[in-house]
This record gives sequence, C-alpha cells and structure tokens, in this order.
Amino acid sequence: MSDQEYVPKSKFGKWFNDRLPLLSLANHLTDYPTPKNLNYWWTFGGILTFCLITQIVTGLTLAMHYIAHSDLAFGSVEHIMRDVNYGWLIRYVHANGASMFFLAVYIHIFRALYYGSYKAPREVIWIIGMIIYFLMMATAFMGYVLPWGQMSFWGATVITNLFSAIPFVGEGIVSWLWGGFAVDNPTLTRFYSLHYLLPFLILGLVVLHIWALHVPGNNNPIGINIKKPSKDTVPFHPYIVIKDAFALLMFLIVFAFFVFYSPNILGHADNYIEANPMVTPAHIVPEWYLLPFYAILRSVPDKLFGVIAMFAAIFVLVILPWLDTSKIRSAVFRPLYKQFYWILVIDVLVLGYVGAMPAEGLYLLIARVATAYYFLHFLIILPVLGYKEKTIPLPLSITEPVLGGFPNPSTVKKKESLN
Amino acid sequence: MKNFFKIIYLFSLIIIGASQVNSAEKVEFLKTDWSFKGLFGKFDRGSLQRGYQVYTEVCASCHSMKYLSYRNLSEKGGPEFSIDQAKAIAASFDITDGPNEDGEMFTRPGKLSDKFAMPYANEKEAQAANGGAYPPDMSVLAKARGGGVDYLYSVLLGYEDPPSGITLDDGVYYNKYMYGNNIKMAKPLDDGLVEYSDGTEATEEQMAKDVVTFLMWAAEPHLETRHRMGFKAIVYLIILSILVYFSMKKIWSRIESEV
Repeated sequence: MSDQEYVPKSKFGKWFNDRLPLLSLANHLTDYPTPKNLNYWWTFGGILTFCLITQIVTGLTLAMHYIAHSDLAFGSVEHIMRDVNYGWLIRYVHANGASMFFLAVYIHIFRALYYGSYKAPREVIWIIGMIIYFLMMATAFMGYVLPWGQMSFWGATVITNLFSAIPFVGEGIVSWLWGGFAVDNPTLTRFYSLHYLLPFLILGLVVLHIWALHVPGNNNPIGINIKKPSKDTVPFHPYIVIKDAFALLMFLIVFAFFVFYSPNILGHADNYIEANPMVTPAHIVPEWYLLPFYAILRSVPDKLFGVIAMFAAIFVLVILPWLDTSKIRSAVFRPLYKQFYWILVIDVLVLGYVGAMPAEGLYLLIARVATAYYFLHFLIILPVLGYKEKTIPLPLSITEPVLGGFPNPSTVKKKESLN
Repeated sequence: MKNFFKIIYLFSLIIIGASQVNSAEKVEFLKTDWSFKGLFGKFDRGSLQRGYQVYTEVCASCHSMKYLSYRNLSEKGGPEFSIDQAKAIAASFDITDGPNEDGEMFTRPGKLSDKFAMPYANEKEAQAANGGAYPPDMSVLAKARGGGVDYLYSVLLGYEDPPSGITLDDGVYYNKYMYGNNIKMAKPLDDGLVEYSDGTEATEEQMAKDVVTFLMWAAEPHLETRHRMGFKAIVYLIILSILVYFSMKKIWSRIESEV
C-alpha cells in the first residue's frame, strides 16, 4: 500500500520477486501504515494469531500421543500427563490455551463493537471474523469431547441433541452426527478428525481476515478515516510490532499463571472421571466461553425456538454492520451508544453467569430478561440510535487541529482512556 | 497505559468470576495446610511415603489406581522410595501375566514396570463386593471432585451419626461433606489403624492428610516440576517485558506520539 512500487535491491531478489512477489509482501507487511493512536485494545489481533499458532503446534504434538477410541482416549490422556516428556505442559498449554484464545477473542470482538470497527468499509473483515469465531466454538467444543471424560461425553450428548429439535429430520440428523444411536466411538473419531481439520480452516480465514483488513487499513480509536500514509500513521514495523510484543508478553504472564499454577481451574472436575453413559452428572455445563449462548438456549421454553435463538444470537452479530445505522464509528463520539455498549457488556456477563447456574427459579428469570435485552440491543436500540443520537463533532485527523476547536485531540485521548 | 490497567482489571475479574462459578455449590470444607499449594509448593516426602502406606494398607483393598506403576514410587517429585524399596514393594504384589508357552496365564511377583495391582478383576466384581457401589479409581481422584484435596480430606473426616429423623439403609453411612450426605464406604480411618515406620503418630487427621497428599501426587505426578518451571517462566517473562517495554518507549520516542 506504499506509494512507490517496491523493488528489491539484490539482483537475485529482483529475479525472484518478479516470479513470486514474496519480498513485496514482506515489504508491504513491514511498511503497512497503521494509525498511530491505536490503544492496547488493538493488540489482541496479534495475540490471537499467537494463540492460534500455539493451539496448532501443541495440538499437533498431542495428536502424536492421543488415541481416539472410546476405550483408550481417557487413558491416553493420562499417558500424556504422566509418561510423555513434558506432556503435562503441552496438554495444559493446549487446554488453557483454548480459554486464553476465547478470552482474547471476546476482548477483540468487544473492542470492535466499541470503536465501530465493523462499519463500512470493513464489513467483510467483520463477517470473516464472525465465521472464525463460530468455527472456534465448534473446534473448542469438539476438542473438549476428546479426553472422553464425563463432561466430554454429556456435553457432546446435550449439544448434538439440539439438532433433534429440527422438525421431521431432526432425529435422523442426530444419529447421522453420532454415527449410531448414542454418542459413542464413531462420534469420538469423527470429532477428532474435525477437531484436527477446523483449525486449518481457521488459519486460512485468518489470512483472509488480515488481507481484508489491509485493504481499508485499521480503524482507530477516533474512528475517522485517515490518509495513509500520513502524519497520522506509523509503519507497522517497528512501532506496532514492538507494542504488540509488549502486550503479548503481558498476556503470556497471565497465561503462564493458569498453566503452571491453576491449570484445572477453568475446566470442570467431572472431566477427570472417565465417560460413563450410565451416570449423568448433576449439572451439565459447557466450558465458560460458551455459557452466554447456553443461557440463551435454555431461557427459551421451547427446544426448537431455543436452538433458533441461540444461533440467532450469533447471526445478529453477522448482520450487525447493517443493524447499526449510525455513520459515526467510535463510541467516543456517541454518548448514548457508549452507555448502551456497557449495558450490553454487563448483559453478556450476566448471561454467562446464569449459564453456569441451574436453569430454574430466579436464574431462569434473569436469563430470560438478559436474553431479551441482548436481542433488543441489536435489533431495536442500535437501528434507532443511529437516527436519534446527537453525536459529538469529529476531529479532522488524529494529529491536526480540529474544525471548530472541539474536541481537540488531547481531550479526545483523555476521554478515550477514561472510559 | 490506563487502558492497560483496565485490561489487567478485566483479567482479574474474569479469573475471580471463573473461580466463583466453579465454587458455587461448595460447602465449607475442612482446611489443613497443604505443602504443595502456592508458588513454590512441594510435596512433603514423608507425608507421601506415609500416604502410600495408608493407601496400600487401607484404600487399596477396594480402590484401584490403574494409571500408576510401581516405578513411579521411586521417581523424582514423588514419594521417592529408593529403587530397591520400590522393587520390594512391587514384588510384594502378585501380577497376572501371560500367556506362557503353554497358553496359560500365570501369576508372578510384580516388577517396577507393572501398573498397580487391581483389587478386583472388573467393575462388576467391584460393585458386587461393595453393595452395588463402585469404589472409584483413585489415580486422578484428587482432580475429579469439586473442592479437590479439601473435599477428599473432609469426606475422610466427615463421618457422623445421622441427624435425628434420617434413617439410613444397611451399608449406607452418613457423611457431612459427601454430596447428598450418603456414602456407601464405611468409615475408613481410625486412630492407630496403621503403624507408621517413621514414628509419626497415626491419628485420624494425620492419616487423612497423608493419604490425600499421596492422592494429589498420584493425580499430578509432575506438580513439583510444574511449580519450579512456572516460577522460572514467569520471572523470565517479567524481565523480558521490562526490556521490551523500554525498547518500545525508545522506539516510540522517535515520533510525537504516546504509546
């Protein structure tokens, strides 16, 4: 995206680059003009790439020792934990890595929501991101089944049973998914196969996600269009690289605390009991990162509509660029949206909490209210807000003085870091 | 930088939230100080050896430990019996092996490479011998119960007479900490039940603490390595972050912008 065409210096470099422009790509990636006011919430893209690579590398290693068979899977995981050199480390990095991956992706998504990064011209980046998120959930769910513990087995039973809600063909689809009449060895082997495949699809989509990002360039905390390259931008390397590296290290410290000092706190104790189709656990709960959707599913009394609501909760995110009618991207200049944004954050946290609780009494009531609000936010509040909201005037650029004198960049920055 | 603190704050909120969710249905368990908790937590070698004694003399008559081998008993970070002691322990068990040249199964004394001998041939036999309840395998038991070691310790010491008004069937016992308060295992520990060779007084609490320590090691045999490595990894990450932080400041000082 730099102004002048890149030409390699060496003769061989030029020869090679004419045939496969890898050097031009490397040059584009290092020179890539990035808004200089990106805050730390923008570092999670790099962190997520790191997470994906970590999951793939540790996963490949685990696959060398794991046995996908309903009689042997649990024991092979114990073999990894006990007898494989540093097997415990690899497995704990992989298991906690999934949680860290989701933690990072939720921050990444909520950053996009706050700063309006999904709006034109970045809709395609956003939609690809949502497909990645959906595939991540599928991958994580199938990965959780592989150790063949009690939660693996019963989680798989509950989630696959959702498809039985489809009228007429539901039952058929479920036994097709299972490869039999219950979750059993055929289910385990196909989940293993898919759990191995999907991360590579995600990797491909990540390449598209970044490619699509490099067309319009990054959004930024002020959310205005900026000229690239200009005084408002810095080259990706070294400025953004070093900042991403610093943020990644902070993230890794938290990651390391989980892996080394409480590797099982995010999992469920029941998953250290080998799967037993004869014994149902008292509470079947999915992993924490799926809890909000689980809460939405259970808050609807009808099974079919519950499933529809759950998938709709993801689908409203996909069409979000067209639901949000405001032309202003960043919440910094949208005083009302900012408040609704934080209500939504709390709403999703509440959904996550009630998702972990039994679906009865007060919890069920809270789940219903929170579910209703979730859809209200996206389907009614956002479209209406775009027309009704009185926004704060935008600055012209990140660095230059602003038309009308308000808000000047420094106050913008201050407001920015306050919320 | 303020944003940065917000991220840290969010992290801690989520961590606290996650532990709250996991502990939602916990009753107040009995507490004791475990030597293996904390940043530098290590197993108490003596406690592990005594715990093995309690396991093998008391628990092992019903509870299997199928993922452990006798060689583990002499490995670093565990009870650390000497190789000869571990060999002697292994040899004191009869292991079914075979088939031999005649196609017959035979029993022989255990070797270091053998898995712990099983108390029952299969799950059904175990159930038949225990009034229908299957004594769970103890290999990962310390990780397989909400509350972990505190829960196990409490259950071992939580036997009481049932409160008035509750009648129990034959072979069912009342336990304050067991889920549902009914347990099919008779009170397993009594003062002086085993005789410790190191002279430690075999009180009920002492035996419970020792055997639960042993179970924790059985579930996490590499816990000590993990804690040691974790400390080094985190110190390394912190030092590296400081270096990267100052490099970042230096690089960003070239332009008029805050990082």
